[in-house]
Amino acid sequence: MTIIDEPLALESGETYAEKPLGILTRPQAQGGWKDWVSTVDHKKIGIMYGVAAMFFFVVGGFEALLIRTQLAFPDQGFLSADLYNQIFTMHGVTMVFLFIMPLAAAFANYLIPLQIGARDVAFPRLNALSFWVWLSGAIFLNTSWIVGGGGANCGWFCYSPNSGIVFSPTHGVDFYAIGLLITGIASLVSAVNLIVTCLNMRAPGMDLMRMPVLTWMLLVTQFLLAFALPVITVALLLLLFDRTFDSQFFDPDAGADPLLWQHLFWIFGHPEVYIIILPSFGIISEIIPTFSRKPIFGYTAMVFSGIAIGFMGWGVWAHHMFVSGIGPISVAAFSLATMFIAVPTGVKILNWLTTMWGGKLHFTTAMLFATGTVAMFTIGGLSGVTHSLAPADTQQTDTYYIVAHFHYVIFGGGVLGLFGGAYFWWPKVFGHFLNERRGKINFWAMLIGFNLTFGPMHVLGLQGMSRRIDTYSAGYGFDFWNLMSTLGSYLIAVSVVVFFYNVWKSKKEAVDLPPPGPDPWDARSLEWSVPSPTPEHNFDEVPQVESFDHWWFQKYEIDDDGKVVRIAETEAVAQDGSATGVHLPSPSFWPLVLAIGLPIIGYGIIFNLWLCVIGGLLTGGAIYAWVFEPVDDPNAGHGHDDHHEDEAGDDQLAGVGSGSASDDEGEG
Amino acid sequence: MSTATATADTHHDHDPHATNTGISNNKLAMWLFLSTECLLFGALISTYLLYKTRGNGGVLPTDIFDIPFTSVSSFVLLMSSLTMVLALSAVARGEMDRGKAWLLVTAMLGGVFIGGQVYEFTSFYREGLGYTSNPAASAFYTLTGFHGVHVSLGILMLMSLWVSAQQGKLTQKNSETVEIVGLYWHFVDIVWIFIFTVIYLIPPA
Repeated sequence: MTIIDEPLALESGETYAEKPLGILTRPQAQGGWKDWVSTVDHKKIGIMYGVAAMFFFVVGGFEALLIRTQLAFPDQGFLSADLYNQIFTMHGVTMVFLFIMPLAAAFANYLIPLQIGARDVAFPRLNALSFWVWLSGAIFLNTSWIVGGGGANCGWFCYSPNSGIVFSPTHGVDFYAIGLLITGIASLVSAVNLIVTCLNMRAPGMDLMRMPVLTWMLLVTQFLLAFALPVITVALLLLLFDRTFDSQFFDPDAGADPLLWQHLFWIFGHPEVYIIILPSFGIISEIIPTFSRKPIFGYTAMVFSGIAIGFMGWGVWAHHMFVSGIGPISVAAFSLATMFIAVPTGVKILNWLTTMWGGKLHFTTAMLFATGTVAMFTIGGLSGVTHSLAPADTQQTDTYYIVAHFHYVIFGGGVLGLFGGAYFWWPKVFGHFLNERRGKINFWAMLIGFNLTFGPMHVLGLQGMSRRIDTYSAGYGFDFWNLMSTLGSYLIAVSVVVFFYNVWKSKKEAVDLPPPGPDPWDARSLEWSVPSPTPEHNFDEVPQVESFDHWWFQKYEIDDDGKVVRIAETEAVAQDGSATGVHLPSPSFWPLVLAIGLPIIGYGIIFNLWLCVIGGLLTGGAIYAWVFEPVDDPNAGHGHDDHHEDEAGDDQLAGVGSGSASDDEGEG
Repeated sequence: MSTATATADTHHDHDPHATNTGISNNKLAMWLFLSTECLLFGALISTYLLYKTRGNGGVLPTDIFDIPFTSVSSFVLLMSSLTMVLALSAVARGEMDRGKAWLLVTAMLGGVFIGGQVYEFTSFYREGLGYTSNPAASAFYTLTGFHGVHVSLGILMLMSLWVSAQQGKLTQKNSETVEIVGLYWHFVDIVWIFIFTVIYLIPPA
């Protein structure tokens, strides 16, 4: 097998350096920790994203329980006011940047290549880089508890001048700024990678308008990330320069305008809401048709409403700032825009309902989570529309009504959907089901706990209870609903424990159960046409896509009477994963090394600039080693990864296999 | 499977660079990256425009701009885009010696621009415009500094290309790599044209 025409390929015949920069040999490990830290397989990276995100979900959830414990009764001193500030800030930052975004990235990494019929993403090593950079930023952010004198204490949107050195003298805000810069790099790289994957790597016949709704929503999400992150990057850098180099961006005494931060933050921050919610919309758009036994209603409308949300999401940011004195014209314009963005969202909700309408509904755990998402997001969406009425919003700003609203959107709309996705794709990823009975306990506990926690906050907010207050006095009528809310948060914790128990127990029980097979739910998109768990090379043959829901139409057809008729058994048309010698991208250590350099630079900016030199050398060296490391390790006999793995056609497999006999990556 | 798709697929098999869009992954990724850079510079330019008259009683950048000097360095940077095109054209035709020379010239022109920026910053500092003097100064130095860092990274990339070509690793076959670095270089030039017009040439109201 000759390697032809790679970017930066050496002249044919020339040998590659076995150790780029003479340090690390090309990793060859199959299995074990070396395999995981050097992998470029989008599926393993997806799993690592998921595991790490769930870890930070526990961290952020623990912080939430501390908050609710403090607020269970009036006049409590369980947490000091300062610690309370740090904990609610870190709770928000952790849940948004370290839980929901990476969990959505887990789904994006695992599913986009499978749903478009590709063997991997466009840039497998950059994909590994995204994960490791994100993880290093996440760990960096949380080390502020240990070495930074506490967490950031300025709220997750960290308004200036409160975030300045005068009002936030500990290093918490520095860790916030640098940590989010690092995780931002990860998301930006991942966004570029996944957009190129969606645009360039689709299987033959997989037109854009045949992509599953999930892939579409994830694509829109990546565009939002790509354009929103540079803005928060600038904001965070200005904040960092103010705190570190005494620049004058946010000091009102020097004539600076604190509104600058608010604008920059929310130009990022509102698209961020859709970055959080659209992956979940995509997930339930896969689950609902599957368990309604109907195609998604209004596919085109679904796609275009998602794109419309993506566009309009840029025009509503100032509704977060109605009380900041932005002037009546701005307020009116952003009020109108906020009302309009409810339209495409409403289109989606109606499409999910009409998909279910008249369908044969199977309420599996995944379906329960999906319907729960629709219902809860509708509540959150409606309370969102109330914010478009600026006079009402003026009353609600900075009260628990806002807290209730965005938890209904982010938890009700985002997290419930992601949990549904976990139950739905678990057999595909791990080769066994999550127990349905425990799953339903998980769902009902979470749904009831969620409503008990955040429902009362509507009342508390309308009664005038401010958010971010570390305690409240008895006698304002806040006592009862706060206690209910705290009890609800414990119930959510119980539901999460049930989930983890389910994960553990289901794996143990799986040995005695029949394997799920390629398509346990009788689903519609391409990932269900390959074995479970997905073989390392994804597809034996790159599929030839002929329609939307191509996989479904391999199993069924619609006869002249409009009835659905099965034409083939699933096993007969599914791929068996037996291809060997499929060329896969080679693993690499350099993404990890590069990622380790970044937090060292971060510590250097905060503590000692010499550390920046060390981190900079590590990162810079890793970049050069990476560039001069061939995309594919010639010693492993791998082919070129930056395009479809074309060589997998039946007639060619034998030839390719013989060219790489020693290569055991194509699992049999 | 129809014959038509089978034929298309066979064709696909034999062209490793065939992508759905017809643009290679690397080039598309660079275009996307540059589009995100628009937002980065957009935010920085907006910040400067908001702050350009906020001198806190001190010197404003607009008071001390040396337009003739910056015009010359802008012209130098602009010419480097021309030499970048010549470099790409030479590499694409396989004239590696000429290509290497133009890469070097491009990097040197970029270096002259950076030298001009260092001189400009130094003389501004001597005239009382420090980084921490006032919001206008902070915004000016941050914006132009970011642009300078981008030019410097571009020079690093050009020199890396030159070294690769020297070692025989960069050949006519991977002229697309030069093209991609060229995209970045032209983008940085275009940003400067924008900055020069909006920041330097349009007088404060």
